[in-house]
Amino acid sequence: MSKERITGAEALMRSLEHQGVTTLFGYPGGSIMPAFDALYGHRQTLNHILVRHEQAAAHAAEGYARVSGRVGVCLVTSGPGATNTVTGIADAMIDSTPIVVIAGQVGTSFLGSDAFQEVDLVGVTQPISKWSYQIRRAEDVPMAVAKAFYIARSGRPGPVVLDFAKNAQVEMFDYEPVDIDYVRSYVPVPDTDEAAFDEAARLINAARRPFALVGQGVELGNAQEELLAFLEKADIPCGTTLLGLSAIPTDHRLNKGMLGMHGNLGPNVKTNECDVLIAVGMRFDDRVTGNVETYARQAKIIHLDIDPAEINKNVKVDVAVPGDCKHTLRCLTDRLCEAKHNDWIDSFKPYEEQEFARVIEQEVYPQEGPLKMGEVARAVSEATGNQAVLVTDVGQNQMLSARYFKYSRKRSIVTSGGLGTMGFGLPAAIGATFGTPERTVCAFMGDGGLQMSIQELGTIMEQRSPVKIILLNNNYLGNVRQWQAMFFGRRYSFTPMLNPDYMKIAEAYGIPSRVVERREDLAAGIEAMLAADGPFLLEVAVIEEGNVLPMTPPGGTVDEMLLEC
Amino acid sequence: MEKKLYTLIVYSENIAGLLNQVTAVFTRRQINIESLNVSASSIQGVHKYTITAWTDGETIVKVVRQIEKKIEVIQAHYFTDDEIFYHEIALYKLSTPKLESDAYISKVIRRYGASIVEVNPVYSIVKKTGMSDEITALNSELQSLGCVLQFVRSGRVAITKSCVERVNEFLAEREAKHLNNKHINNL
Ligand SMILES: Cc1ncc(C[n+]2csc(CCOP(=O)(O)OP(=O)(O)O)c2C)c(N)n1
Ligand SMILES: [Mg+2]
Repeated sequence: MSKERITGAEALMRSLEHQGVTTLFGYPGGSIMPAFDALYGHRQTLNHILVRHEQAAAHAAEGYARVSGRVGVCLVTSGPGATNTVTGIADAMIDSTPIVVIAGQVGTSFLGSDAFQEVDLVGVTQPISKWSYQIRRAEDVPMAVAKAFYIARSGRPGPVVLDFAKNAQVEMFDYEPVDIDYVRSYVPVPDTDEAAFDEAARLINAARRPFALVGQGVELGNAQEELLAFLEKADIPCGTTLLGLSAIPTDHRLNKGMLGMHGNLGPNVKTNECDVLIAVGMRFDDRVTGNVETYARQAKIIHLDIDPAEINKNVKVDVAVPGDCKHTLRCLTDRLCEAKHNDWIDSFKPYEEQEFARVIEQEVYPQEGPLKMGEVARAVSEATGNQAVLVTDVGQNQMLSARYFKYSRKRSIVTSGGLGTMGFGLPAAIGATFGTPERTVCAFMGDGGLQMSIQELGTIMEQRSPVKIILLNNNYLGNVRQWQAMFFGRRYSFTPMLNPDYMKIAEAYGIPSRVVERREDLAAGIEAMLAADGPFLLEVAVIEEGNVLPMTPPGGTVDEMLLEC
Repeated sequence: MEKKLYTLIVYSENIAGLLNQVTAVFTRRQINIESLNVSASSIQGVHKYTITAWTDGETIVKVVRQIEKKIEVIQAHYFTDDEIFYHEIALYKLSTPKLESDAYISKVIRRYGASIVEVNPVYSIVKKTGMSDEITALNSELQSLGCVLQFVRSGRVAITKSCVERVNEFLAEREAKHLNNKHINNL
């Protein structure tokens, strides 16, 4: 292939195209102007979405990546533009989301001099990214971009930062496309030794009460079918993490619900009753385990994970099965005997009934009183035939929409799990509409979190991005208020909040909207929202002092969930 | 859990900024680094970090894995003292008049196998290589004789007792596997 003499900025665009990028989220500024100038010439192939704040660019890239499995891309300027993406980078790191953030940087001759809009971005992002690299010469662009995408998407995915010095954007060099699928110091997928499969299979085949924990790793590894084959062959019930909710359909007979602090009663209680616990692509986060000293002590634990650093990190395991779960699940399934565990599976029922009677019934099917978040979530889900992508913000809106939405397709939940980033939902939903244009994207937001990214209504307006925004308005920073009620003697320190008129805001942005205050108007409101061709804001006035239940208090034991408070 | 002094040996690509990433793993877990030595290794383009730290057996495994996760880190391993040969070097700056007036000082220096490498009318430099304990002990003896002007010691350098060179093997294996994959893809 013949070489062509082009600028570093132009090489960035060609390198992005070479990686198959079609969409990027960004915001221009001084040190990234040459790149934006080059982008202008690539508008036909590279669809750039102008956000209204760089944090939103990062979250939109995350939303895009989470629903599509492709790498999300951001393009921002140096200094404040770059630091504005930091929350998104940290969020992508802790939730294993593949994004590449490309930020401008001052010219190399100014580096270290506190030049205008100079920030040591590599230094800032090293601890919160999978890889962070400064491009100082134009000829390094093809290699840096190829390596960035390879690292972001391979192994345990994560965010990569490219800090692109201005001189490298304008200098000329002979461009040639570069492909990278090997970095000698980086082992994306660890080897598994056969003995681990044998030992794991031996434990599972001998188990009388096996229980599986399903995490986002199953979605990231595209191993949903392998998971089902594994669970069905040995008849193993499972619980899922928040991020793993759509790795297995909600209505599958072996899916016993969500794990963790606000998960379902059955899977949490049974974690402490099973004899063999099989964790697949999950990392025993403290929101899942509660107190690790009392967590699954009776069980033999098998851990399948692609990241060796997760093995024995929080919970000591008996058999480690490092590797890509698409492969390791297959190898394990091959070694399993077909089994039936009817009594064990039936033993979840009383807990389901108890949770239904004491929590779910009044949350999802209340006959009177103010609207509940749970009933709104379930109604929206059902109105989409349980086909929609759920994007959430953080707080009660997150927990209740995640709990009561139903998932029938893979990659159907986008939520900020590890970092719990308020303000994530709206931009992530924008990203999701670009990542999966054919699906309905429902963004459940709190009144607090919506206002943390409310400027993105501008992006939605401009793009006509068909986000169905469901604002669960309780006039409180509800999640914190609930904790104040439970653990701080109802001292509501700065959690009540005066809200603006959201209908006027929506109107100003030209986004159709509606408020629902009464139960009898909910269905019509949802119908109008879903019927709208494009974005819609449905504000639902919900119970002000509602609580998310059940709950394992922080540091509590998984099988001692509170059913009321 | 019981704490021990562990020696970590980390091999990495030779790039700027990696030291920060390695030490940050310790900082996050609030582990003090006792000593640190960074230098080129015997493999071209590969840097070697020798780090000592007090911690327990479970934590050291987690630390090593988290260090190994850094993209440019090739390998990280931890060792206890019985698994390595290790040395430190120390320099003692002594007052020459004191050294000359008290013959016992020279006796102590000889007893520790240390050597005098520089003498001028004001000060003399004594060099000692060896184990941490000896270096510390020599320092206390000299201090008690009131002749020490300055004292510096290096971090530990360590070399494994094992007969296999794990890094070379690892790199060779990686290379072979990569070539093999390429070959398969080209078929
Ligand atoms: C950026 C950020 N700041 C603060 C918090 C702490 N926090 C967690 S939930 C919550 C309340 C959220 O209120 P709202 O968005 O109205 O949602 P609700 O819980 O009422 O549904 C707060 C303040 C956070 N998670 N993220
Ligand atoms: Mg609220």
